[in-house]
Amino acid sequence: MNLRPEATVFELSSPGRCAVSLPKGDTPSYPLPSGLERAGGAALPALDELTVVRHFTRLSQKNFSIDTHFYPLGSCTMKYNPKANEVAAAMPGWTEVHPLVGDEGSQGALELIYKLQSYLAEIGGFEAVSLQPAAGAHGELAGVFMIRAYHLARGDAKRRKILIPDSAHGTNPASCTMAGLETVTISSNAEGGVDMEALKAALGDDVAGIMITNPNTLGLFERNIEEIARLVHAAGGLVYGDGANMNALTGVFKPGKSGIDVMHFNLHKTFSTPHGGGGPGAGMVGAGAALAPYLPGPIATMRGKAFALEMPRSSIGRMKTFYGNFGVLVRAYAYVRMLGAEGLRRVAENAVLNANYLKALVEKDFPVKYGRRCMHEFVAMGDIAEGIHTLDIAKRLIDYGIHPPTIYFPLIVPEALMVEPTETEDKESLDEFARVMRAIAQEARTSPELLHAAPSSTPVGRLDEVAAARCPVLCYRG
Amino acid sequence: MKIDTNARYQASHEYARKEAAASGGFEIVVGISDHAQESLGDIVFVELPAAGKVLKKGEAFGVVESVKAASDLYAPVSGKVVAANEALSGDPSLVNKDCYGSGWMIRVAPTDPAEWNALLDAAAYEKEAGKE
Amino acid sequence: MPFVANSGADRAAMLAAVGAKGIEELFADIPAARRFPKLDLPEPLSELEVLREIEAMAARNRSSAASASFLGAGAYDHFIPSLVSAIASRGEFLTAYTPYQPEVSQGTLQAIFEYQSMAASLLGMEVVNASHYDGATALAEAVLMAYHNASGRGKVLLPAALHPEYKAVVRTYLAAFPVQVEEYRGDPAAVPVGADAFALVAAYPEFEGELRDLSAAAEKAHAAGALLIVQADPIMCSLLKSPGSMGADIVAAEGQALGNPVSFGGPYLGMLGATAKLVRKMPGRIVGEAHDREGRKGYVLTLSAREQHIRREKAVSNICSNQGLVMLRACVYMAAMGECGLPAAARLCYDKAHFAAELIGKLPGFRVENKSFFKEFLVATPRPAEELYGKLAPRSVLPGLPLSRYYPERKNELLVCVTEKSTRSQIELLAQSLKEAAK
Repeated sequence: MNLRPEATVFELSSPGRCAVSLPKGDTPSYPLPSGLERAGGAALPALDELTVVRHFTRLSQKNFSIDTHFYPLGSCTMKYNPKANEVAAAMPGWTEVHPLVGDEGSQGALELIYKLQSYLAEIGGFEAVSLQPAAGAHGELAGVFMIRAYHLARGDAKRRKILIPDSAHGTNPASCTMAGLETVTISSNAEGGVDMEALKAALGDDVAGIMITNPNTLGLFERNIEEIARLVHAAGGLVYGDGANMNALTGVFKPGKSGIDVMHFNLHKTFSTPHGGGGPGAGMVGAGAALAPYLPGPIATMRGKAFALEMPRSSIGRMKTFYGNFGVLVRAYAYVRMLGAEGLRRVAENAVLNANYLKALVEKDFPVKYGRRCMHEFVAMGDIAEGIHTLDIAKRLIDYGIHPPTIYFPLIVPEALMVEPTETEDKESLDEFARVMRAIAQEARTSPELLHAAPSSTPVGRLDEVAAARCPVLCYRG
Repeated sequence: MKIDTNARYQASHEYARKEAAASGGFEIVVGISDHAQESLGDIVFVELPAAGKVLKKGEAFGVVESVKAASDLYAPVSGKVVAANEALSGDPSLVNKDCYGSGWMIRVAPTDPAEWNALLDAAAYEKEAGKE
Repeated sequence: MPFVANSGADRAAMLAAVGAKGIEELFADIPAARRFPKLDLPEPLSELEVLREIEAMAARNRSSAASASFLGAGAYDHFIPSLVSAIASRGEFLTAYTPYQPEVSQGTLQAIFEYQSMAASLLGMEVVNASHYDGATALAEAVLMAYHNASGRGKVLLPAALHPEYKAVVRTYLAAFPVQVEEYRGDPAAVPVGADAFALVAAYPEFEGELRDLSAAAEKAHAAGALLIVQADPIMCSLLKSPGSMGADIVAAEGQALGNPVSFGGPYLGMLGATAKLVRKMPGRIVGEAHDREGRKGYVLTLSAREQHIRREKAVSNICSNQGLVMLRACVYMAAMGECGLPAAARLCYDKAHFAAELIGKLPGFRVENKSFFKEFLVATPRPAEELYGKLAPRSVLPGLPLSRYYPERKNELLVCVTEKSTRSQIELLAQSLKEAAK
């Protein structure tokens, strides 16, 4: 890790330098439209090429990443991102193709979209799939729009409530609000699943549907999933599946066959496309027969022997321009083709085995509130000694060269430490994580100051987020 | 937990204190309790309504934010906002330092004096907040 | 098995540690009848075979690189310096998560901060966030932001000359809110803005290429108590007035052109900027400066109380994953192009586009429709534009977008885009080919 301070591009700038060479003009020059000329130039730096390359290379060395560190971030599925995916996506036959070149000029791209749609539909047990959404939350929004449109098309405008378990990701309620629907929180039972009595009490003719994450954010499979779907359907509602945790289920369980009407997958989690420091992701959305006509479009279809684009019959419309985050789709396609049915099942099996193995090693020192066998992740608690909080454990892990798990989520577990190792980690890295956690547990009791001062091995220590939010500095001020 | 025994409270942790108005009669000074500021942590931002806004009891009138949480503010009484504490936009930490004094939020000219009387008194609120 | 680390022996040891007889036992919670379904997928292939298969599919596309391409309409083929991909393919950037743990994410965080700073200056805004999915979703969120900012107002004025896909996305996003979308034609400064309007939206330039000074539109919107939202071309903003300097309150832009290939429509970059007083209503991640106990400067995600992971159903937006790596490419691109390179590229676009318009305008039966434009202009054609496209595409000239693809009734209109990548000989070939095809 690069510990040295790195100046900003503005501080590195020196007048007259330029990192790029452009062709000389080979046409006449024309006067700019009067009155529209920019008065002062934009505040961009003047840098030579080597300085640009060194600057960003040095910045990159201030990151933890999957390629450099174990990254057991719960609910984020930080698995290895195969390099072949990158080669596939960078082929000029994809990158140089304009989205408006027309069907005739994009048969290869449409074929890839068409095939990936059908593979993902098969994996999830869906009738149809749209690859439009750019991220998981974007897929959720599409799904909730679809549920809303379905009820409205039946002339049923009073269904305005969406039920959401209290363990859900924040995107679920936020998506409902964006779709003009009201969130009703359903509590969890003692086993970490949906409280069936609370569910029954909430159902009625004002309920549009339920959003359910399975496995849930505690890493537990919702055993009552089919009963939940049956009850919601009987009350006239629909079931949305949040596929954030699909890495536990590929080749193991098809949500679409167990009553899930519409669902998103995060291709940047389950299907190994890189997270890129925040994105781009892809949030494919799949639907059963009832909701398939409402999918966002366009989607790829076949007309005779040619591939074409079409809007589903009662589509909610476009979620973004063009056809989704296409470059991400190429990566996911490559991944599915390399794994096949057998490989996808092995992914889930090993993800679940790795999580259970790690849980068994860690839970002696860090209690797990819902202790039954987990799926691909588990949630421990970090307040293991007087004055020690989960944040301290997380920061101390950094000093041992491990990226912290997800912390303080889900909200229903106090001091949560959510650990997801993924199937691409070997036994040695799991053993090492457990060894480090044990060492930190020991330190928490004998030398808590080490935890409070952590991390000490990074370019900066804990930053004052309060001061940053009170007086925000959001641009370079020179 | 510090309690202003002159104030009354609602379960959503706003306090309401009667003070004499310059124009005669009385106004209600509204803020959040010491318990509330402590559980929110360091306050980084407070959003308040402009003077003149008419509030209904129970209506959300503003937001208070810390780094890790955000909380709506609910009017403990109905009435017109006479003043909002502008010092909070420059220094929201006043809410942490002195929530019953310089960290006050709005002054309201109440339309129904009975509403104030119906709020929790200090002892009842202390009991209520202690349950959390 | 690819991408699974452990061997059979490892698994056996781990199962023993877990106290399970076999892996199937770990899935006992799943309804038995639904467990381990058959997946009807093609047989898996090796890496070599998969790459060959994908390459064969890619070869069935018409690449802009192998053609003289004048397609634009929301996806722009600009020169990308080689260093952009070299930096963006570094695993430390590519395979990192969202920078929630700032001490081990300073690289990503500083890059976002530098992007925000450069982009804000380019667009003339005080704040730019860390990205949206694309230009259209950024615009849709800008409209929602203005709606939530002005309680009680329920109308947005949208230019008819907005990209049709942007219009569609705005309508999708607004579907659930009681908002009236009113389309206007012509100059936004001439549009009546009533007390019921929360925003006037203007395109800079418009879908058909037309450019207008928006200062009067800003004054008009503000006088009526509405916000001016501008959808802008960021490369153009290095040469011509920024939206902020003309009075825009919110700017949404497609940032793909800043260092990203056209890539069949994605991933692209939604840029969203605003004035400082609107920052707490702004969706998306924002990075700010911070200091540690020793006074060392660093960067953090800030103003997070706006976001879904804290505010849940009361959040200003549901956005979580954004377009981080695309933003990184834009950051590296802007840093490399710099204060000289970016306006120089913009100037090349401008001159070459005007040269192309001059040539095409002289062709018999063709007419350039714009008064003022940057790199894209509308041509009235003597024959249906789709017919011209169909004749030229097999000859490796993509003459522009036939508008009938979006507006079936507008048969004889072609939207032509010229960037700094087009050469004089390609432009001359375009003019010559159009002339021949129209005979």
